[in-house]
Amino acid sequence: MLGQATRDEAALKKPGLRQVLRDTWYVFCREMLLPLRDPFSLVFSLLQPLVFLALFGPLLGSAVGAPAFGGQSTLQWFLPGVVVMIALFGTSMTGSNLQYELMTGSYERILATPLSRSSLMIGRALKEWAPLVVQGMLIAIVCVPFGFTFYPLHVVFGLIILGIFGIGLGALSYSLALVSQSKEWIFWAVQQTLLFPLMILSGIMLPIEAGPEWMKVASGFNPLTYLVNAERELFAGSIGLDTLLGLVAAVVTAIVGLVVGIRTISRSTR
Amino acid sequence: MIHTRKLTRNFVVKKETVEAVKGVDIDVAPGELVAFLGPNGAGKSTTLRMLTTLLKPTSGTATVAGLDVAADPAGVRARIGYIGQGNGGGHSYRVIDEMVMQGRFYGMNATDAKARAEELLTSLELTDLAKRTVIKLSGGQRRRMDVALGLMHSPQLLFLDEPSTGMDPQNRANLWEHITRMRAEHGTTIVLTTHYMDEADSMSERVIVIDHGTIIADDTPARLKADLAGDLFAVEVAAGSAAGVRPLLRRAAAGGEVEEGAYDGMVRFRLRITHGSRLAPGLLKQMHDAGAPALSMELKPPTLDDVFLELTGRSLREGADA
Repeated sequence: MLGQATRDEAALKKPGLRQVLRDTWYVFCREMLLPLRDPFSLVFSLLQPLVFLALFGPLLGSAVGAPAFGGQSTLQWFLPGVVVMIALFGTSMTGSNLQYELMTGSYERILATPLSRSSLMIGRALKEWAPLVVQGMLIAIVCVPFGFTFYPLHVVFGLIILGIFGIGLGALSYSLALVSQSKEWIFWAVQQTLLFPLMILSGIMLPIEAGPEWMKVASGFNPLTYLVNAERELFAGSIGLDTLLGLVAAVVTAIVGLVVGIRTISRSTR
Repeated sequence: MIHTRKLTRNFVVKKETVEAVKGVDIDVAPGELVAFLGPNGAGKSTTLRMLTTLLKPTSGTATVAGLDVAADPAGVRARIGYIGQGNGGGHSYRVIDEMVMQGRFYGMNATDAKARAEELLTSLELTDLAKRTVIKLSGGQRRRMDVALGLMHSPQLLFLDEPSTGMDPQNRANLWEHITRMRAEHGTTIVLTTHYMDEADSMSERVIVIDHGTIIADDTPARLKADLAGDLFAVEVAAGSAAGVRPLLRRAAAGGEVEEGAYDGMVRFRLRITHGSRLAPGLLKQMHDAGAPALSMELKPPTLDDVFLELTGRSLREGADA
């Protein structure tokens, strides 16, 4: 029987890249219908990061002091962190939107269409990422009068790296929703438990350099650290080693997320 | 259209292997309307989920619409329609948006998807609700939308899992009207699961009775009833003459049980006889000749529940609402 299973696995017809891209676009379009039909939610989501920047930014500057930011202005240092944070919160929510569809029959209905499995995850993750592009550009522009130097192309590249990372995180969130089916609280417990340590240990809120040695070591194992460093470098208008490491961290996260996700989908049975 | 050989699915529940479907062989020809009938947990839905590639078989093979479910699941999905037990429309979406996207998922272009969606909305009487969000629809409207979603890409083979569960009789009749009309127009092959025996009886041309993961009967409803259950024949005679007809009725029951109960100076016999409507007149005459004329008589055609009872010793009704 094992031999049969392996043979079937080998003979399995895999969707081509073109099909995955096309399917991803359809899944993305369907997901985007929700914010587009209800634009107020979009406006609201744009305001949130601005409030955060306006209230937390000044506190950060006076509490930590300029030397910890490596000579940059507080805003220049903090803004990329906020963008990563929005990406983190947004894409890790991918699974929560799926939970509603799991409870009704709409997920199953979509599962029964010929859409490729990876497109189901990528399309949903990209929907959580798409508003970030608008948000990121907007807060960057809004911050210009307050001493922020805006490098549009670098910022766009930074947002693309975040999108790749978001596909991975979104796929992991999607898998989490699938395995925690019928026990929704587990999804939130795991998501919240992981999110905050990851965020703090990446130096989004406060510079890790100001912390004890063990935190610096721990942050070295956190993929998010490399992402935050890459965004800081890019938002400051340069491209170097940090950007490369951030891109690698994003690609690795995306691959791991998609492999885990596709396995979870094919194994998930009700 | 469907060929399965030794199709099997096991589940592991608390480290114990449960055989949900035990090596079933099913063959469905194009254009057939087949119902899987059985109590909840019999393996109907598991079988359906394997045929629609939503569940991988543990062993065995299944060819659906000409393709192997294990080798080309996406190809199978492109050729079939599936209407599951739940509601297919996303709660926060508009009806028309979900319909059009469904068409796009099956590779239709935007214009065709829009036209097809409008055509289906009209035929399923949903046109006025096109711009409403799904959550605001009534149960019957949602179920009609499910049918519309399943038909968007005009599949040659349509699977329906418990299509009318939870619907009131009027909506059920309405749903069936749509399904039969579509079948008449396009010759679609239809496979459905149900635990409503009257539905299986009146709507399908072929019933596959499933219990404990195996197929225990497979025929037209009429033949299943005639072969397996027979008509219920009840007759009353005066108490004094009961002894005279007892051997006669035993013979008519052909080995089946003859129940009897005495009251008010009468004895009432109940037995099952095959082709009762043809045999009953002769039987009444024989009773008369034996000196025990019938005082009253009742003849009831069998139901599929009687068939199930005959096959398993259990009533389908008992397990139906579990």
